Amino acid sequence: MSDRYIARSSAIAARMLGGEMMIMSSVDSTFYTLNEVATVIWQAADGRTPLSEIVSALVSQFEVEPEVALRDAQQFVDDLSPHGILLVSDHPIADSSPRSAETA
Amino acid sequence: MSLVQEMNERAIELGVPLSVHLDVTYRCNERCVHCYLDHDDHGEMTTQEIKQVLDQLAEAGTFFLTLSGGEVLMRRDFFEILEYARSLRFNVRIKTNGVMIRKAEARRMVNLGVEQVQISIYSHRPDVHDAITKLPGSLKRSLEAIRFLQSQGLKVVIANVLMTANRQDHAGVQALARELGASYTLDPTITPKMDGDTSILGLRISGSDLHAVLRNPDLVGNVEEFCAPPPPPGDDIMDGYPCSAGHTAAYISPYGDVFPCVQFPLPTGNVRKQKFKEIWQDSPALHELRSIRARDLPVCSTCSHVGTCTRCPGLAYMEGNMRGPSTADCEQSFQRTGIPSANMLRKARTNASGPLIQIQAAAAI
Repeated sequence: MSDRYIARSSAIAARMLGGEMMIMSSVDSTFYTLNEVATVIWQAADGRTPLSEIVSALVSQFEVEPEVALRDAQQFVDDLSPHGILLVSDHPIADSSPRSAETA
Repeated sequence: MSLVQEMNERAIELGVPLSVHLDVTYRCNERCVHCYLDHDDHGEMTTQEIKQVLDQLAEAGTFFLTLSGGEVLMRRDFFEILEYARSLRFNVRIKTNGVMIRKAEARRMVNLGVEQVQISIYSHRPDVHDAITKLPGSLKRSLEAIRFLQSQGLKVVIANVLMTANRQDHAGVQALARELGASYTLDPTITPKMDGDTSILGLRISGSDLHAVLRNPDLVGNVEEFCAPPPPPGDDIMDGYPCSAGHTAAYISPYGDVFPCVQFPLPTGNVRKQKFKEIWQDSPALHELRSIRARDLPVCSTCSHVGTCTRCPGLAYMEGNMRGPSTADCEQSFQRTGIPSANMLRKARTNASGPLIQIQAAAAI
């Protein structure tokens, strides 16, 4: 777990709307919305930050127990990676998001 | 309610321009007989200006971006614009005639994560299609483009605008779409030119042709349901707004003019003079538009079709009053259900109530 890295696919569109992230896959036009916790994980999914570090950030930002944050992060990865919009690897992943305007 | 509908509701509450249609040029390599544009270049935005507009749209929260024209590929910097738009994570859809799309362009669009490409096809018969576009060989080129795009895995929508010249050909185009694996959409609306010239409205299909189209199960699905008389409108309808134009949608011309919709030339501002967000938030014209509810429409609020009509406020505006009826939509509602609109009844009454005796002064004879 601590050695895993996650990165946003380049084949998606994404934008913040009222504190939640909207994502659409350009491959199959599937539309997703992420809640506040999932949005934080998404924004941290830069391919360079280990998942364990993202979990630690969740613990401090949302004041949750580490096992709760770990479970949320795990579920996030399990839910999104099969759709190809989130890349997962045991090694750092090259940046697939040239700019981060989605955070606007 | 679907996720996308929920997102739209939230965008309305937050005042976010979720969808923007940006025409990057009005220049075109076709000269379609029904086109509403002036194809001369009167000073298009530069690459840099367009990038700045895209930055502003991303900041304003725009998610769906339609790049259109004119023909988008008439701009040599089109792929630079597209690449920039995708780097800002817009969901990008492209409208094109496809004539300039070969394998390399198709591959580039796929690699840049374009969600969908819409290509106009008027007929399955080259002579009919090419006579409408006035570009010999254009059907062949457009169909090749669709095949290139489909082979790269990109979703293609064939848009079939219906007019007098191709009124019999929708079944052929629909069959072509099926054969190519593309989606199909039909539009029987011919709009006035952007300068107000209505001469091209003569190309609209007749009422009887429209009637046949609206009662064709291959085009509308369940005819009984589609053509059912409208139910009485409730408060939700009367307090509703006519369409997304100016509420969650905007249009930007190649010259930077901002309108509520491509079909709604209500001046609201220009991004060369003001930030997009300032126009979106502060334009008095947009404020006025957003204040209009169905119950504020003097004629349409009394119409039995008010809850089901496709009334386009932009077409109404081009007829002289954005609170008025759009006669093209009155006609559609009538041909769909057989029930005349309030506007049609009003006109019939006016025509039947002429003076009993007309007197003209002898000097004028």
